[in-house]
Amino acid sequence: MAGVAVSTTINGDNVEYLCQPDETLLDVLRDRLGLTGAKEGCGTGDCGACSIILDDRLVCSCLVLGAEAEGRRVETIEGMAHGDRLHPLQQKFLEHAALQCGVCTPGFLIAAKDLLAKNPDPTEEEIRFGLAGNLCRCTGYDKIVRAVQDAASVMKGA
Amino acid sequence: MNFDPRYSGRNFASVGTRPIRPDGVDKVTGRARYGADFNMAGQLVGRVLRSPHAHATIRKIDTSKAEKLNGVKAVITAADLPDLTDGDAALYDILDNCMARKKALYDGHAVAAVAAVDARTARQALQLIEVDYEVLPHVTDVDEAMKHSAPVLNDTIFTEGLEQKPVKPSNVTKRSQYGHGDIHEGFGRADYVVERSFKTEQTHQGYIEPHACVASVSSDGTADLWVCTQGHFVYRQHCAQLLGMEASKLRVTSSEIGGGFGGKTHVWAEPVALALSRKAGRPVKLVMTRDEVFRASGPTSATSIDVRIGARKDGTITAAEATLRYSCGPYAGMWAELGAMTAFACYNLANVRTVGYEVLVNRPKTAAYRAPSAPMAAFAVESAVDELAKEIGMDPVEFRIRNAAQEGTRSSYGPVYGPIGIGPTLEAAKNHPHMKAPLGENQGRGMACGFWFNFGGQTCTDLNIGMDGSVSLAVGTVDVGGSRASLSLVAAEELGIAYEQVKAVVADTSSLGYNDMTDGSRGTFSSSMATISAARNAIKVLRERAAQMWDIPVDDVVWENGHAIAKGEKYGNLAALSLKEIAAGSGKTGGPIAGHSELVADGAGVSFATHICDIEVDPETGATKVLRYTVVQDAGKAVHPTYVEGQYQGGAAQGIGWALNEEYVYGKDGRLQNPGFLDYRIPVCSDLPMIDTQILEIPNPNHPYGVRGVGETSIVPPLAAIANAVSNAAGVRMTHIPMSPPRILAAIEAERGGRWSK
Repeated sequence: MAGVAVSTTINGDNVEYLCQPDETLLDVLRDRLGLTGAKEGCGTGDCGACSIILDDRLVCSCLVLGAEAEGRRVETIEGMAHGDRLHPLQQKFLEHAALQCGVCTPGFLIAAKDLLAKNPDPTEEEIRFGLAGNLCRCTGYDKIVRAVQDAASVMKGA
Repeated sequence: MNFDPRYSGRNFASVGTRPIRPDGVDKVTGRARYGADFNMAGQLVGRVLRSPHAHATIRKIDTSKAEKLNGVKAVITAADLPDLTDGDAALYDILDNCMARKKALYDGHAVAAVAAVDARTARQALQLIEVDYEVLPHVTDVDEAMKHSAPVLNDTIFTEGLEQKPVKPSNVTKRSQYGHGDIHEGFGRADYVVERSFKTEQTHQGYIEPHACVASVSSDGTADLWVCTQGHFVYRQHCAQLLGMEASKLRVTSSEIGGGFGGKTHVWAEPVALALSRKAGRPVKLVMTRDEVFRASGPTSATSIDVRIGARKDGTITAAEATLRYSCGPYAGMWAELGAMTAFACYNLANVRTVGYEVLVNRPKTAAYRAPSAPMAAFAVESAVDELAKEIGMDPVEFRIRNAAQEGTRSSYGPVYGPIGIGPTLEAAKNHPHMKAPLGENQGRGMACGFWFNFGGQTCTDLNIGMDGSVSLAVGTVDVGGSRASLSLVAAEELGIAYEQVKAVVADTSSLGYNDMTDGSRGTFSSSMATISAARNAIKVLRERAAQMWDIPVDDVVWENGHAIAKGEKYGNLAALSLKEIAAGSGKTGGPIAGHSELVADGAGVSFATHICDIEVDPETGATKVLRYTVVQDAGKAVHPTYVEGQYQGGAAQGIGWALNEEYVYGKDGRLQNPGFLDYRIPVCSDLPMIDTQILEIPNPNHPYGVRGVGETSIVPPLAAIANAVSNAAGVRMTHIPMSPPRILAAIEAERGGRWSK
């Protein structure tokens, strides 16, 4: 099967790759580009561990084809911090211990970033529904919600 | 070893603080490497062919077409994993579960595997493997499997634990019994007796990271395995035995682990990946799909439990008994036995008897799931306890306080308790504001208690002090949720240095002595004990080096707050030497400074919890909402309180999912109907409220800091606490978990004489 040539932008960098027509963007990120921050928890769009932002829209990268990234902007967890300066959400996840095993964490951070971009001052309920597409099995979500609340208040003050 | 593990009260400097975990930044930046995040040069993709039948004889497997497909480098069946188990029945079961030998015993049972240059080729190759099955009758329900008419899974199994050996094989592998006193006499003295039967459905641990490994076998007979596991030393042992290798020639590195909860304590894919690599002569990466995780790994037992409890009018329980039937999947287990041991462990009972039956069914092999077997037993017992309190007319908390086990109580499973937390957690729950908060219409409050043994076990730790005075701590218990932070705190505490000066890592199997796996809530308990011991050994060396630097007797050197101090007036002009200063000179005083420890961590203190929850039930749909949830649990000593809270909250959330949503649904064909997160629904963020926690600290006398394990007990009370809340809200006793809307609605309608139906 012939590969598809794709030109895209990932975390602000121009990237070109060849992928198979049936290959997911998640597989491209992980297996071709070495960006393993997005995780495959289910491969069916149910767990959110592979969350990325595609042209300002939160998506499960396991449900997007690699070929669909042509000419678009992809944001992954690897682009969230600026050098060694963590994003406020990353910092607050650490301070609140909003992760235990941490495998869902990249997806939660991307989803929370998208949530706060659209709603900088969410209520607890809005946070809970905004993050309902991401599964965490360790924390019971309590500390995740608190970390997002704290990050939101820091970001508003910034 | 002259290490004294006994508790000694002390004021802590580091332990009890809440610093950021050492592995945190990597986990929030995507840099941390989990099972599937590792690759090797020339690596192949492995995939497993699984039985679509619940029970079938494998007559023949033809792999010739698959082998001829371009890009396929190895195809294996059970023939490539010969039986080297040498009469070890448990190991044989592990082998048979990794790759079916004569029969496929459940939908999802591995029958063959391929390694190919890419995933697509591997998938195509699987379709070219021809398996000739003779489909057999199957049974997936635990009660059905016990009937005489049920198809027998294994005709070499004759129930153990009966007075007479049975003449016919059956699906009941073992009967176990616990208790003391005379229950007939006890029930004779009871004014009230409650008798109920309960069922719980099978659930999965639901870790978000599927099983994943990379195996590389070299032609010289050595091998490397990178894997997500709760116990890389145990994986090494099992894999080496199954592949006929010496353990020392197989180096196993545990990756970061994306959740385990007991489900990553058994090998499944790892021996298969090693066998594929051995045959192909190249590294093989094998990652399960979510469908495979549900169908072939994990699950806990489905259960059927009968409980009878009697009490006098004054609220004293006079007798208690339970019969517990637990499914094991197709292989023998001791799941019902753990249920029988834990069922009444919270109470001080003169007369108690529990009987457990281990039952084989055509479902995946049962694996441990956080306090394995205890939540189901607690659901049955704590539901009956609530009902009995109601019949007597006592407050359910007061009733439990009256009957709670105490120090000196002989437990229902045998041992006599030391200092324990069941009474204090009940008192704390009774006084908690949650208990007094008002409830609205269709809302109910429930509470329940839970117990878990906690384990200790074999532990080995190295503590190396660098020449710059920084400390490397190498532990062998996998960090499943923050133990590198807690163990760094312990090392800092003991050495009297800053937390930031310590870096803890999980060492691979070739770099450290054997460690049992991270299960039984043993990670922080046992590795902190070994860390304290290793640090004390290092301090001994540090004192010797300081004595040498000062040229004074070592007995005159003490260690305080991270410094060697010369004791006595005659040394008044000797300034204290810091750890850093001693380390800097170590090259001239005898070389590297290290402390090592190997021990069996005995005396894991038992753990108790009491949970309170408020639930609203919609009487028209049976839908539920968790309004408020409170966890009270004894931690002994919370080393890193934030992560202790996290364990309490996480266990409660898993219990909530089990109580209300989660279940394996099998069709009449014996196939799993819901092997995915869409249809097997674990709680999401919007399903839950904040989960309040209260940490009690009743020191464990068998640990220097008083630490008890904290990981598992939190999943024990929720099933019962929620069932009691739903029962109170709906006005009908719920006896079948999960309490999904249809079950609640059916119970409400049955209670109202079916007048709402139709």
